[in-house]
Amino acid sequence: MSYLRLFWAFFRIGVMGEAAYRINFFIQLFQSLLELATSLAGLAVIFSYTNSLGGWSPDEVLALVGVYFLIGGMIGLVIQPGMEQLIEDVREGTLDFTLTKPEDAQLLVSLRQVDIWRLVDIVMGFGVLTAALLRLGEHVGTAQAAAFGATLLCGAVIIYSFWLILATLSFWFVRVENILQIFQSMYEAGRWPISLYPGWLRFALTFIVPVAFAVTVPTEALTGRLSGTTLLGAVALSVVLLVVSRLIWLRGLRQYSGASA
Amino acid sequence: MSGLRDLYAQQFKTTFASMLQYRASLVIWMIGHVLEPLVYLIVWSTVSTTGGGSVGDYTTRDFAAYFLVMMLVNHVTYTWIMYEYEYRVREGNLSFALLRPVHPIHADIADNVSSKLITLPFMLLIAFILALIFRPTIAVVPWAAAAFLPALLLAFLLRYLIEWTLALTAFWTTRVGAVNQTYFVAMLFLSGQMAPLSLFPMPIKIAATILPFRWMVSFPVELFLGQLTPIEAAEGILGQVLWVGIAFVLLRMVWRAGVRVYSAVGA
Repeated sequence: MSYLRLFWAFFRIGVMGEAAYRINFFIQLFQSLLELATSLAGLAVIFSYTNSLGGWSPDEVLALVGVYFLIGGMIGLVIQPGMEQLIEDVREGTLDFTLTKPEDAQLLVSLRQVDIWRLVDIVMGFGVLTAALLRLGEHVGTAQAAAFGATLLCGAVIIYSFWLILATLSFWFVRVENILQIFQSMYEAGRWPISLYPGWLRFALTFIVPVAFAVTVPTEALTGRLSGTTLLGAVALSVVLLVVSRLIWLRGLRQYSGASA
Repeated sequence: MSGLRDLYAQQFKTTFASMLQYRASLVIWMIGHVLEPLVYLIVWSTVSTTGGGSVGDYTTRDFAAYFLVMMLVNHVTYTWIMYEYEYRVREGNLSFALLRPVHPIHADIADNVSSKLITLPFMLLIAFILALIFRPTIAVVPWAAAAFLPALLLAFLLRYLIEWTLALTAFWTTRVGAVNQTYFVAMLFLSGQMAPLSLFPMPIKIAATILPFRWMVSFPVELFLGQLTPIEAAEGILGQVLWVGIAFVLLRMVWRAGVRVYSAVGA
């Protein structure tokens, strides 16, 4: 619960900080709508030539776009700002201020930066997802909804742990923001069902950069094409990555010597 | 003219050395430039295979050829100037460039060209490996291949002038992100980055032909793949020259107005 309270506090700070720049909201809204329109127009062109993309119907791909925005919004809302700040702090030596606070430092660095306008993406992702589900109709049962919730949570945990591992590398190497950028361009590939890609690329998008678990797997859960093994795999991978990222974080902290201190 | 030649020779020497220092950013750009066409290649191949081997007048292997050539043309013509300018104006770095006795665009062109001299061999290698995987059908038509080079050069020049002009929006607003994104979306659909233009509905095809977008990427690709008649090729090159002229005038006007509003921070 204290996590939530802490997140709420940082979220409020984010709101207060941004309240003076309300125009930013409209710019984010414009950019998000433009991105959504781009996605939808792209789908319209493609589905004007076919009615199934690698076995996925238009509405299922639409649901995938919804999940893509949802996860992308979550990354932009809290994960990316926090991790970029962490890298910056390690380089500048200002992480000291966080380490002296009476709360777990990993928790603090993960939650303290909130880019509130990215909520627009999350809301829009929900909107697209709802529209897709309404069109898919009665195919979604309670079991599917539960599996969706579980895999979405696992996807979020996997993505968070992955980013934390990358950002923690900054304790050893100075220039890691480049790796984060590579992640961004790989994440784009998650717009489409992973099953389209040839084996080597699917492997890379599943295990090297875990985009598959973040976007495709939750959508599969929703559309009832998820197998029990994938579900177990997602849960197992999220637990493993969470533990591994924690260990690497603790290891990295020992490496950290501050700058001025 | 010889002054300009010396200038470029010197610029190449320095920027070539500095580009080698920015290897990481070059690699990141390359990953993006490979991944995006690759994803669309795979998506369209899938559509084509489900539809019995072709979409419109494109077979699965034609898509492979289209997107691999597009990947290279896109890489040769791209610029990062829009990000660069925002930074220059915001930080006031532009002041130094303004103090020099030559137009700052020359240094930028040298920058761009030398980065590509470094990355192009790798891109060709990647394209070759992808060609082994996706097996494109490319039937080289000699005259079209010969016309491809000037078309590519004009495409580069046009895209350079347009994006350099667009980058100057940074003089008037600090929020160029939204402007850039709008431009990228237009590029995605109208320059053939997402799909060959012949697969789009008529209004989009017409818009792409009237506006400069088709002439910056798609036209050289179509030409290289032998999809155009000699007349269409000549018309295309004429269209490119025309647009280069318009873009050049536009650039001069916007530049003059922009420098007037520019007030460097801390200068």
